[in-house]
Amino acid sequence: MNPLWTLLPPLLVIPFIILFGEKHRNLREGAIILAGLVLLGINDRIYSAVTNGQIVESGEIAILANFSLRLSAEPMGVLFGLLASFLWVVTTVYSIGYMRGHDEKNQTRFYCCFALAIACVMAAAYADNLLTLFVAYEAITLSTFPLVTHAGNDASKKAGRLYLLLLMCGSIGLFLPAVIWIATAAGTLDFEAGGILADAQMSKASLAFLLALCVFGVGKAAVMPMHRWLPAAMVAPTPVSALLHAVAVVKTGVFTILKLITYTFGIDLVSSTGVASYILPVVAFTVIASSLIAFTKDNLKARLAYSTISQLSYIVMAALLATTMSVTGGAMHIVMHAFGKITLFFCAGAIMVSLHKTNISDLDGMGKRMPITMVCFFIGALGIIGLPPASGVWSKLLIAGGSLEAGNAFWLGVLMLSTLLNIAYLLPIPLRAFFKPPATPYTGGWTEAPAPSLWAITVTTTVCILLFVFPQPLINLLGLIQWR
Amino acid sequence: MIADQLPALQIVIPMLAAPLCVLVKRSNACWAIALVANVLVVINAFALLHQVRTDGVIRYALGGWAAPTGIEYYVDTMNAIMLLLVSFISCVTLVFAYTSVKKTVVTGKHYLFYAAWMLCLTGLLGISITGDAFNVFVFLEISSLATYMLLAFGSDRRALTASFRYLIMGSVGASFILIGIGFLYAATGALNMVDLAQRIPDAESQRAVLVAFSFLTIGLMIKAAVFPLHGWLANAYQHAPIAVTAFLAGTATKVSLYVLLRFFFSIFGPNYSFGAMLLNVVLLPAAIVGFLLLSLVAIFQTDLRRMLAYSSVAQIGYIVAAFCLATQSGLTAGIVHIINHGIIKTALFMSVGCIIYRVGHAHIGSLDNLMKKMPLTVTAFIISGLGLIGVPLTVGFISKFSLIGASLERGWWMVGALVLVSSLFAIVYVGRVVEIMVFRSSRTDTPEPTGMREAPMSMLVPMYVLIGISLWFGISGSTTLSVASEAAAALLGGYQ
Repeated sequence: MNPLWTLLPPLLVIPFIILFGEKHRNLREGAIILAGLVLLGINDRIYSAVTNGQIVESGEIAILANFSLRLSAEPMGVLFGLLASFLWVVTTVYSIGYMRGHDEKNQTRFYCCFALAIACVMAAAYADNLLTLFVAYEAITLSTFPLVTHAGNDASKKAGRLYLLLLMCGSIGLFLPAVIWIATAAGTLDFEAGGILADAQMSKASLAFLLALCVFGVGKAAVMPMHRWLPAAMVAPTPVSALLHAVAVVKTGVFTILKLITYTFGIDLVSSTGVASYILPVVAFTVIASSLIAFTKDNLKARLAYSTISQLSYIVMAALLATTMSVTGGAMHIVMHAFGKITLFFCAGAIMVSLHKTNISDLDGMGKRMPITMVCFFIGALGIIGLPPASGVWSKLLIAGGSLEAGNAFWLGVLMLSTLLNIAYLLPIPLRAFFKPPATPYTGGWTEAPAPSLWAITVTTTVCILLFVFPQPLINLLGLIQWR
Repeated sequence: MIADQLPALQIVIPMLAAPLCVLVKRSNACWAIALVANVLVVINAFALLHQVRTDGVIRYALGGWAAPTGIEYYVDTMNAIMLLLVSFISCVTLVFAYTSVKKTVVTGKHYLFYAAWMLCLTGLLGISITGDAFNVFVFLEISSLATYMLLAFGSDRRALTASFRYLIMGSVGASFILIGIGFLYAATGALNMVDLAQRIPDAESQRAVLVAFSFLTIGLMIKAAVFPLHGWLANAYQHAPIAVTAFLAGTATKVSLYVLLRFFFSIFGPNYSFGAMLLNVVLLPAAIVGFLLLSLVAIFQTDLRRMLAYSSVAQIGYIVAAFCLATQSGLTAGIVHIINHGIIKTALFMSVGCIIYRVGHAHIGSLDNLMKKMPLTVTAFIISGLGLIGVPLTVGFISKFSLIGASLERGWWMVGALVLVSSLFAIVYVGRVVEIMVFRSSRTDTPEPTGMREAPMSMLVPMYVLIGISLWFGISGSTTLSVASEAAAALLGGYQ
């Protein structure tokens, strides 16, 4: 199995999207779903190959003299690839309901860029070296830019400018020099078990600086102060916010950091030199501060965006703690948070389409009108908080365990405090919807979202619960990571 | 048999094409003659590059007169690259020029235009190929005179002033170079570059050599538009016929940079230039201020051609900064960027040419929503614009990666950091234009210009040829990097 195959379905479907266009909307979206299923199948094949211990890799293109583009599969990447391709299918189904219900314009361009972004995410997931990952990372920024500015009005253009400026400045101004520095110091950019910097004879100060360049340069991980693009990007249509700005794009950021810590720096180097201790406080600050900001947001999507920032920093924190348990937890949290957060975003979009409401304060009593959506929102929120019976509990447990393993209970305290904050800003939403009487009495029946959207919401919610009951396959897969 | 005469043919073909154009006088026929000559020259340059890479340096005595009596052509990998680059870009822009010249240049004077073009090409190729210092000056004058003429063909009357300003600056530059060569001759008694390189170490202490070095440096900096001597460039690029701008942007300044390289490294030697003469103390700050300041200036331009012109000066700054590293990897980065920037800047000016052809102007503020009307042109602009920024998978990435890598290797991390800062400015100036062309919907009060549609095929095809090549070099950068590193090794190794 060649990981290059994963690029084909999303790329090949683009001509069909253009060909079918607005005139044959069902065919267009059918083609995307078909491509998504094929992609999922390919990822599943790679998954079984990797779990059977086979080597899955592609050929290479020498882009620079000693550095090449190349794809290969390793456990974290397989997990990420599976996640993104599964959610692509679900999100496409959801979009059918949302985009038509909302009468969005330029849907063909929307679906094209979406497919292109997925292809780039696949390249990032299976990147064999840092150069490939960097290339894919940049490509994701560029291919998602038209999605942020989709509406074409002033607000979205302003948001798009911020999006491009922060992400590109971060990646070209900080991340690229880090990559070049690594290349000159280690002489290679390959991802190797145990890292490549251990033998590079770098002083502690320069290692810490390099790490800071990486963590802040990967703006997609939204560690403060590089986080502003994420709330701004919420002007995009909800499916984009759901798949890209809660899963694919932001997770590429934290995935990059996980890969850097595991395969470039090496967890032993990070933990033995303690270089992460300079950055961890910033990350911890992000966790708490963005939770607090989420409180103040009345706009539902904005609150979810800040919640995402906080959750992303969990993963960055897990990576920086640099123990096997915490990094496993971080990788797992990519999946767990993805299902929880995408459910919440789907619900937010559903509310927007059927009730035309975007603010939390307007949701009083709406549980009677959209009971299924609200129940799903509740379960998704539990997943984010990390309470049974939703999936987030396992990854949080691992990260918490990892912080103890790293010998510092302070970070555990940060996690727990943030969990309390999560409860306080997420749970009131469904509670208000169910138990507070609406401002104007309502006697009509259900006004649920369009059927495809509702289907998508139930699927992600179900997975949320399933992953709570059966987390073992994930743990087994991540158990294959070669740490040293 | 003919394989031995390639160096001479490289010059003779375009030189003969020029008078032939004047004799024929018919517009289309002249274009055809120029194109055929140019294609031959490209093939010739390609053959030369191949020959040099397989058999090593070619030394060709012109007319059978051996140096030092006669003029010698000296071809190593470095000039072979330049020959190929110059002739190829000229060829592509010549195809492009056909349609745009018909529209902008007075009909009766087309034959002069093509004749001047061929002379300019002859001059540029001559500068690149010759192994004789005085001959460099001669070819420099041929190309400069032809360039003044080409610039003056611009449809705008300001083209005449722009041409005249360039004439003044260019003549100052050329005189400085002549004085420099004169002093060198006085100090060493040699004009052949190989002889010069041998004799200069003995004459190093003489004040004449020092003076020659200074004159040459300043003169070449003017011709190469290195900051702060770039004043002529923006006006010239803005008002010249756009095909000429595209041609010059990819070749003229690059050839002057090549001469700089040749003098600093092969003739004076890196130890003298960068050791005794402290060239990096003088040139590096100029280069750095150049690429930072001019990238910033580019952000505030209202005319697309002017914006690209300032961006060109900034990019020249990168190349000079790379030379100042004076290491194998630094030179490789500089040479690669000469190639890469030559290709993308030409493509960019071609896309501007397409815009001007249809819209009639290149005023950035009034290009709203151009994407809807000219999607292929705008796409080309975006792709090459990304190359200017240095986004991965474009040639710009290869250049910047090698430049920053080389500066880190030398330990000058500050240079690398500043290159990145100026790339951020590039994001702004490219992004600003793209945003207007793609996302801003046209205001209702301005009437739609009539005939807004995609540029003609004869302009699109050459542009996309360059874009294709730039993408190819961006994805498989090791092709250009390996050639450039051979050239860098040849330069650092001096004359054998």
